[in-house]
Amino acid sequence: MKDSGRFGIFGGRYVPETLIQALDELEEAYLAARDDEAFQLAYQEVLLNYVGRPTLLYRAERLSAKLSGATILLKREDLNHTGAHKINNALGQALLAKRMGKKRLVAETGAGQHGVAAATAAALFGMECVVYMGEQDMRRQALNVFRIRMLGAQVVPVSSGSGTLKDAANEAIRAWVTDCRQAYYLLGSAVGPHPYPMLVRDLQSVIGREARAQSLQLLGRLPDILLACVGGGSNAIGLFHPFLADESVKIIGVEPAGKGLETQEHAATLAKGTHGILHGALSYLLQDEDGQITPVHSVSAGLDYPGVGPEHSYLKSIGRAEYAAVTDEEALAAFALLTRTEGIIPALESAHAVAHAVKIAPQYEKETVILVNLSGRGDKDVQTVANLMEAEAL
Amino acid sequence: MNKLEERMNELKSTGKKALIAYLTAGDPSLDVSAKLLSALAENGADVIELGVPFSDPLADGPVLQASAVRALAAGTTLNDVFSLADGFSKKFSTPLVLLVYYNCIYRKGVELFCREAAEAGVSAVVVPDLPFEEAGRLDLAAASSGLINIRFLSPTTTESRMVSICKSSAGFIYCVAFTGVTGERSLLDPGMLTLLANARKYTDVPLALGFGIATPQQAAAAAAAADAVIVGTALLRQIEKINDPAEKTGAAGKFINSLKKAIDGAF
Repeated sequence: MKDSGRFGIFGGRYVPETLIQALDELEEAYLAARDDEAFQLAYQEVLLNYVGRPTLLYRAERLSAKLSGATILLKREDLNHTGAHKINNALGQALLAKRMGKKRLVAETGAGQHGVAAATAAALFGMECVVYMGEQDMRRQALNVFRIRMLGAQVVPVSSGSGTLKDAANEAIRAWVTDCRQAYYLLGSAVGPHPYPMLVRDLQSVIGREARAQSLQLLGRLPDILLACVGGGSNAIGLFHPFLADESVKIIGVEPAGKGLETQEHAATLAKGTHGILHGALSYLLQDEDGQITPVHSVSAGLDYPGVGPEHSYLKSIGRAEYAAVTDEEALAAFALLTRTEGIIPALESAHAVAHAVKIAPQYEKETVILVNLSGRGDKDVQTVANLMEAEAL
Repeated sequence: MNKLEERMNELKSTGKKALIAYLTAGDPSLDVSAKLLSALAENGADVIELGVPFSDPLADGPVLQASAVRALAAGTTLNDVFSLADGFSKKFSTPLVLLVYYNCIYRKGVELFCREAAEAGVSAVVVPDLPFEEAGRLDLAAASSGLINIRFLSPTTTESRMVSICKSSAGFIYCVAFTGVTGERSLLDPGMLTLLANARKYTDVPLALGFGIATPQQAAAAAAAADAVIVGTALLRQIEKINDPAEKTGAAGKFINSLKKAIDGAF
């Protein structure tokens, strides 16, 4: 049966007429694939033998001791092949694209992790791949630009707007409108028009399903608090979704407060935004009085986005999830702390979730368990962090 | 009857095709926009589509994107667009249609937006990112303010949706000649003829062909197949590099005139 495409009032399909048929086809293909055992087996197989799932649920003893409060568990999505949760979605959608007979993938990327994941999926399945990336992001995530190109995909620089994720998504959608009969739009986050928020959430829910089972095995119970960073929000919704019915579990998404929520330079959409429409969905949005999307800032390219997935807006509106925000500075401090206490270099995106754990852990006893989604590894950010440290030293 | 419908009927009864000219409000300034609007009306534009500049116009190609960037950089607000429309509609009988992305309507408040647009003399809204299925609220608000919410058809619209879209349409139907974004193309797609012929089976509402029409020859070819021709990118391309306001309005008037002649000459 067709889904309504709404999470409460949020979601929907605010796209040009030309794309409606493509979205209908995608929805139909996905619903059929979802119920098809052969498709599910193929997806499980690739997660198991290519991505390397399940990922570890790691007890961060030294970090917990250092914070002398709650016990911190890390869901190690950074250990996935290609280094982030993005691959879960990219491979699932690429399999779907293949099933639909599409040979060309179009994707947007911010931090480049989704671009790498899409290019990897294209290489694995022998497909063509074009990745749209903002010029500013190409500079600050240069390593991932090389990786995408080495994988055989084309990177198209996007100079419009702020040259970041939002603009890359605009351009990818324009490319898709132009070639919607042949191309498959491989959206990287739980945003966009229906069915993408549902599709991406379903594919990323492997994170939460594993984390839930691993918690029961490791602790004999569920964790008390879940933390995940939220840009578009795919790693977060993937972790949160399987826990939504578990009322004892507190769910917190962590947004980028950039240079501070009191400034204009942040990307904390749920904290500071209002209802609006961007990239095909009604959700929270950072915008001015006239509905112009406002420039946003985060040290992390993957969180530097003025919108947010519609299901997060819904979870906020019904109070099932809370959304906090941490600054660039707090994220960088958490980046350093995790690296030095546990020998794990987190992505700057994931460092936001770690930073919130650092903030709240001391309020609890060690019996309280905080499960943090470590959505990606930080190799791609080493240069950015080195530059910032250098600037600070001057 | 709505001013747009009146104009379209009038043209139809005299066997003429309509020329719909697009302009972004506030590019490069409100003053120059006002002069450009007059030039379009005086040189043969039957309907004017006035664009509300938006930060993220995902249905637009590079020329219209750049135009919106210039308008926003000049500080153009929604109220400015309404004032511009109001000033124009007090002087000219040419119907005004607002091209506006849905977020600008939603943010203002759908009902309030429609009321203020109608008060400014606007006859209809064209919302490129609002498909038929999501249009319920805007349809109601528009109707109660006497505005028309223009429908779209594209080469990918299925037959069953085409029936519903045609049945609920008024003013004109914006027929997208290509899958893609706005911008000129060297050739018109033969697929558009199929699209127009199919739509004709379900409606008498005028069919306007847009996307990719760049030259008088193409405008004439489009007019031969459709009831109206929409020209945006090609017009902006003619004037975007001219700085002097008088030269700019002159060039706009001349280009619109050449299109109008080509369209009228087609019969």
